[in-house]
Amino acid sequence: MIDLTVIWAFIIAFAVFAYVVMDGFDLGIGILFPTLKVGQGRNRAMNSIAPVWDGNETWLVLGGGGLMAAFPLAYAVILPATYPLIIAMLLGLVFRGVAFEFRWRDPGHRALWDLSFFGGSVIAALAQGMILGALLQGIDVTGRSYDGSWWDWLTPYTLLTGVGVVAGYSLLGACWMIWKLEGDVQEHAYRLAFRAALATLLLMGAVSAYNLLLLPDYRERWLEMPNILFASQVPLLTAIVAGAFFYSLKARRQLMPFLLALALFLLGMAGLGVTIWPYVVPDQITIWDAAAPESSQIFMLVGVALTLPLILAYTAWAYWVFRGKVGHEGYH
Amino acid sequence: MFAEADALLLARIQFAFTVSFHFIFPAFSIGLASYLAVLEGLWLKTNKQVYLDLFRYWLKIFAITFAMGVVSGIVMSYQFGTNWSVFSDLAGPVIGPLMAYEVLTAFFLEAGFLGVMLFGMNRVGKKLHFFATLMVAIGTFVSAFWILSVNSWMQTPQGHIMGENGQFLPGESWLPIIFNPSFPFRLVHTVTAAYLTTALVVGAVGAWHLLRDRANVHARKMFSMAMWMIALVAPVQIFVGDMHGLNSWEHQRPKVLAMEGHYESYPDGAPFILFGLPNEKEERVDYAVELPGLTSLLLEHDINAPLEGLKTIPADERPPVAVVFWSFRIMVGLGVLMLTLGVASLFARWRKGLYEWPLLHRFALVMGPAGFVAVIAGWVTTEVGRQPYVIYGLLRTADAASPLAAPAIAASLLAFVVIYFAVFGAGTWYILRLMNAAPHAGESGVEAGERGPIRTAGITPGPAQNPGGSTPLPAGRGDT
Repeated sequence: MIDLTVIWAFIIAFAVFAYVVMDGFDLGIGILFPTLKVGQGRNRAMNSIAPVWDGNETWLVLGGGGLMAAFPLAYAVILPATYPLIIAMLLGLVFRGVAFEFRWRDPGHRALWDLSFFGGSVIAALAQGMILGALLQGIDVTGRSYDGSWWDWLTPYTLLTGVGVVAGYSLLGACWMIWKLEGDVQEHAYRLAFRAALATLLLMGAVSAYNLLLLPDYRERWLEMPNILFASQVPLLTAIVAGAFFYSLKARRQLMPFLLALALFLLGMAGLGVTIWPYVVPDQITIWDAAAPESSQIFMLVGVALTLPLILAYTAWAYWVFRGKVGHEGYH
Repeated sequence: MFAEADALLLARIQFAFTVSFHFIFPAFSIGLASYLAVLEGLWLKTNKQVYLDLFRYWLKIFAITFAMGVVSGIVMSYQFGTNWSVFSDLAGPVIGPLMAYEVLTAFFLEAGFLGVMLFGMNRVGKKLHFFATLMVAIGTFVSAFWILSVNSWMQTPQGHIMGENGQFLPGESWLPIIFNPSFPFRLVHTVTAAYLTTALVVGAVGAWHLLRDRANVHARKMFSMAMWMIALVAPVQIFVGDMHGLNSWEHQRPKVLAMEGHYESYPDGAPFILFGLPNEKEERVDYAVELPGLTSLLLEHDINAPLEGLKTIPADERPPVAVVFWSFRIMVGLGVLMLTLGVASLFARWRKGLYEWPLLHRFALVMGPAGFVAVIAGWVTTEVGRQPYVIYGLLRTADAASPLAAPAIAASLLAFVVIYFAVFGAGTWYILRLMNAAPHAGESGVEAGERGPIRTAGITPGPAQNPGGSTPLPAGRGDT
């Protein structure tokens, strides 16, 4: 039998993953922006994402809107519990988003909008990572609502996850620049990618280790038989991908580092799935507790089945239109 | 208890602030996207340079407006959960799917084709580019469709059943939920308002440049197009608004009574209160200037029809009167001025004075922001008028808020106010600078300036602006 709630959990996970990797490289470029040279370096880096950032960011709306639609209880608990982080993320995205247009419209204040692009990206990435941490470390729930204070989310663990996501996005951003840029900027991006990958792997490891101490359930899901047989594949594959990644950097491959960085994120997502499944709020609310009624799920599933292939098709087309190296031909 | 009331008030102020600020951008971009599609379509059909120039002129403004609409819109999609979590939990199964449809059918469409629309003219060819522009324009409309369906369901809920846990659950069919009683009227009224708002802005920009140089063909073209639009759409809008009002009268009587300021009952025909000062403490309208029988005539089509006033409704079921009373009058007053502008433009056109009469141009210039003020006033009327409910008659606003401490909401409200005014103030300033630059032949596109080599032969017959691609448009200087 088909469980609609499970299907919806995977759809939301897909939307979140699509957001994380697609806006991840946009935000990563924002995070790395101050290390790029004023002028051509920054202009080209920004132009490499200007035509696609808006579409990338839309996955965040699908993740949020989809969560409200498919798991309204989870939406109603998680958002108040991480209130200041959500607000910080949204305002960070405001600063980041407007900079795309404003920096071209006001050369006199370009440095200011570059700062807005950088600061907004860092805040949004940090907040997203901390939201993830706040969710994983557990949320107090009474009845159908959040039952904690507005600073509960702030712990050493959430700081760790926050910095981890900043590092991860930097990795994606650097790899995107390797793929889309050339010359000095590309060479610079290779160096950035190396450092960002080291930081990302280190922080991924630290977060994973911390997870085992966080809740007894997490330990059980990772370390007891028979789970360990499946779960242990995730760190093993991560090690293999990491090795291939560093090799691809050394070999100065163009696209391969980006693809392998995506693979790292996919593995991170899988690890997250092992950790939290089948809860949406750890040890409090399962996906079935939070699920919308079947009629809502079916109605939306029809919409997703009809539109998602189209969305993926025209999104791919939009990327295809702006293919190739930036600065080589076309849309500088 | 005291702190809870504070938190609720702050949450309401925050939502009102963020949604009003946000709505300004789509109110403009819905109309502007369609205007751009019309301009590009006319260019393809006639091959006249003036249409391409105007397309590029407004595309730069659209790019900024759209970016501000996107970033302020994402805030809205999370406000439901951050500040109104009880509402989200209870109403999520009904309104969540409609909003998910908005994302799937509208947001992705707009965002997916926006990049090509802004930067892709040289990469995809004219026809495919026009297709991208059309998709963006359609996306803005589809977005309005879904979000207004959600809003209308909250105003006139139907088609749902109540779950055991207090949740609103979808009934057998989604059609009654989507096409709830106030939806068709609200959709037409709001989209028409967006078109009018855009026409007023385009008209004002055209007028501004005609006041400087009456011979500017680009200014003439945009002014003429905008004046046609206003002359045709303003009367339609007044008619649609009246129908929307009658629909509210059928489903939300207290709102209409507040709009009209009628505390008292009138057994034989209610007057229309033209002006007056609503006095909520004493439950009366001071210094009222009344037209006898007109309210009864408007609402019941009979000057002697009886009317039961707000006093017949328990005080805790009434909306705040003064706000609704005034916002309604602002909206209607501006509507009448828009109609006047439309009629004046028709007269001027007939007497060959459309491009010649500075007084008309000044009037159009002053009316430039009128659409924004009117849409905000209209929203205040309908949203404050449905208080004290968030889902009309079923869920009170006071019972819908998140369990948050007042300081948390106060801090975020302060951040929103400061940042919105700073960031969107800067954006508005850039838009005004672009509008201040006279439209001219060989207008540059969005990708102007350091975005690099812009045009390839065949796409732009006009002379190259910004030679060397050094500075993007030092607005107003050096051109014409």
